[in-house]
Amino acid sequence: MTPLQTCLLVSALLFSIGFAGAVTRRHAILVLIGIELMLNAANLNLIAFWRFSAHPEALTGFIFVLFSMAMAGAEAAVGLALIIAIYRHKKTSNLDEVKELKG
Amino acid sequence: MSPFFIITAVVTLLGAVFAMSLRNLVHCALAMAVAFSGVAAMFLQLDAQFAGFAEILVYVGAIAILIVFAILLTRSGETPEKSVLTSGWWAGIAVTAMVFTILGWAILSSSAVPKDLPAAPVATVKNIGDALMTKYVLPLEIIGLVLTAAMIGAVIIALKEDKKDNSGGEQ
Amino acid sequence: MADKLDQIFVNVLHWLVSFLPEALRPLASALVCIAFILMVFPLIFSLTTIFERKGLGRIQNRYGPNRVGIPFTKIRLAGFGQFLPDGIKMLTKEDVVPRAADKVVHFLAPIVMLIPVLLTYSVLPFGKNMTLADYDAGLLFFLAVGGAVEVSVFMAGWSSRNKYSLLGAMRAIAQMVSYEIPLILSAVTVVMIVGSLNLSQIVAHQNQYTCGIAHWFVFTPWGLVGFLLFFIASLAESNRTPFDLPEAESEIIAGYFTEYSGFKFALFFLGEYLGMFAIIGLGITLFLGGWTSPVSFLTWIPSWIWFLTKMMAIVFVFIWIRGTLPRLRMDQLMNLAWKFMLPLALINILVAGIWHYMAADWQRWLVCSAIIFGAYVILGRGLMANQKLGLRVYKFAE
Repeated sequence: MTPLQTCLLVSALLFSIGFAGAVTRRHAILVLIGIELMLNAANLNLIAFWRFSAHPEALTGFIFVLFSMAMAGAEAAVGLALIIAIYRHKKTSNLDEVKELKG
Repeated sequence: MSPFFIITAVVTLLGAVFAMSLRNLVHCALAMAVAFSGVAAMFLQLDAQFAGFAEILVYVGAIAILIVFAILLTRSGETPEKSVLTSGWWAGIAVTAMVFTILGWAILSSSAVPKDLPAAPVATVKNIGDALMTKYVLPLEIIGLVLTAAMIGAVIIALKEDKKDNSGGEQ
Repeated sequence: MADKLDQIFVNVLHWLVSFLPEALRPLASALVCIAFILMVFPLIFSLTTIFERKGLGRIQNRYGPNRVGIPFTKIRLAGFGQFLPDGIKMLTKEDVVPRAADKVVHFLAPIVMLIPVLLTYSVLPFGKNMTLADYDAGLLFFLAVGGAVEVSVFMAGWSSRNKYSLLGAMRAIAQMVSYEIPLILSAVTVVMIVGSLNLSQIVAHQNQYTCGIAHWFVFTPWGLVGFLLFFIASLAESNRTPFDLPEAESEIIAGYFTEYSGFKFALFFLGEYLGMFAIIGLGITLFLGGWTSPVSFLTWIPSWIWFLTKMMAIVFVFIWIRGTLPRLRMDQLMNLAWKFMLPLALINILVAGIWHYMAADWQRWLVCSAIIFGAYVILGRGLMANQKLGLRVYKFAE
């Protein structure tokens, strides 16, 4: 197995673990943690492909990862603000109980 | 791959598994911070120094702290007594297994994967700065806008509303 | 002769490492440097605790410790041996862990604090050719692992299951996060002018002399303001007075390390002081010329002696400020960071850009100083005018 395949398998496994947590856990913040793990797996994938590519001096994969990290930060901030706002209205952060559209 | 990479990968995956399976939310957040540090170490081993340091700065230094603050602000610091899994969790596990199988098969049987190890690329800060300022300047400006909008939006969403019948409103 | 003394540590390192085969040399060299840092900086920490107690005592019109020499001998040192019995006391105290505490997290918190702090020492240039790891993005490494200390502060505060610990931890994290931004922005001005994140290159840029005075960045208007902002932010990052509300004895017992005793408390104490030295070292590297001498006729003094002298001078100023200024309240602290230091740091970046592009004349001094002074006056007036003296309202998410 080439080094690139090892990196890609690790990233795929990390993605699956994040995905499993995001769809099975009840608490909203744990879903967010799962999403962050999935984003990290995607970043790892991008860096692995950049490192083993034919033209790494173009820095495309690298810059993509930097922007992806910035977007993940923005998304985590807004997601957590949403969770806090929902908690304030429904007094719960359990996703099974937040199932009505009535505000 | 070098044994150091295997160890780092194992630490990262263990951190991720604990982050998704522990009952106490704060333990999950701390395990997630361990997983992020593992990913940063893997970036460093793939000669992506700037990305590794940026990962520690952004994820461990900021996002992990943000998640911890949100856990405390929503009073979720105690260990829950009821089940932590949502209804229909077995379907989620089945879909996850399918996803991983397909990804693994695609990786292992792909012929687009190069067989040899190319030389280490040069990703000095100067090159990154040049690329950001010449070729990628438009995404850079847009992400500045996005981050500003996200900051203002997060503050507005989490701000306490002034309700006339709420006795605990702000002065 | 002066050059030999200057490079004495580098030469000793090469001599020590030459006994080993070629393949093991990089690893052995790194290990010897790490051992050296681990021996020198805790020793400086011990001496600083004595200077602090004696210095604070003199400022408060009393003697500090003035009797202890070296224990078990008849050598009298007028109080300078105090760190030895203090160290023995901390190591032999009983390690009390609260029954309701989260054992694993409680145990790991001091270790998680100490590791990033020690990692930050690896990029500081202590002298000429004396950097342990000369990364291309050294400044980013320092700031990134410096930010990882906040996780340990939270671990310590939350795992103690004590409301004072948790409150102190939340305040400490809020303070650290808020003051990181002026810290990073004032470092950005230096990066902009030098064009590199490499700390050795930043020092090399300041190693030039005009009419006998060095080109330290602190001798320029934007550099002076940047250094002052960095200084205040580093006071806040190390939880020193006037920003020590999270750990002041009269406010919150001891904040996030209330429930720690014995060796774990010693590790926290050590971690805090080592963090202080590291961030002072970074401030010296960025603004005060690192290991260079300020005047060209004193360059014969070895570079590491200059670094140590500057570091101890700033440590003395930290101790002086601790004995003199009162503490800031939490909201005053946050207002200072977000409403005063952040805009001033942003204007400082603008001024550094103007400085770089104007011709090297007296006009650029005038323009830059005028802009900074105007901004300072306006922001200061704005900060003072917004003081709401009334009952504070606490906001939860409910």
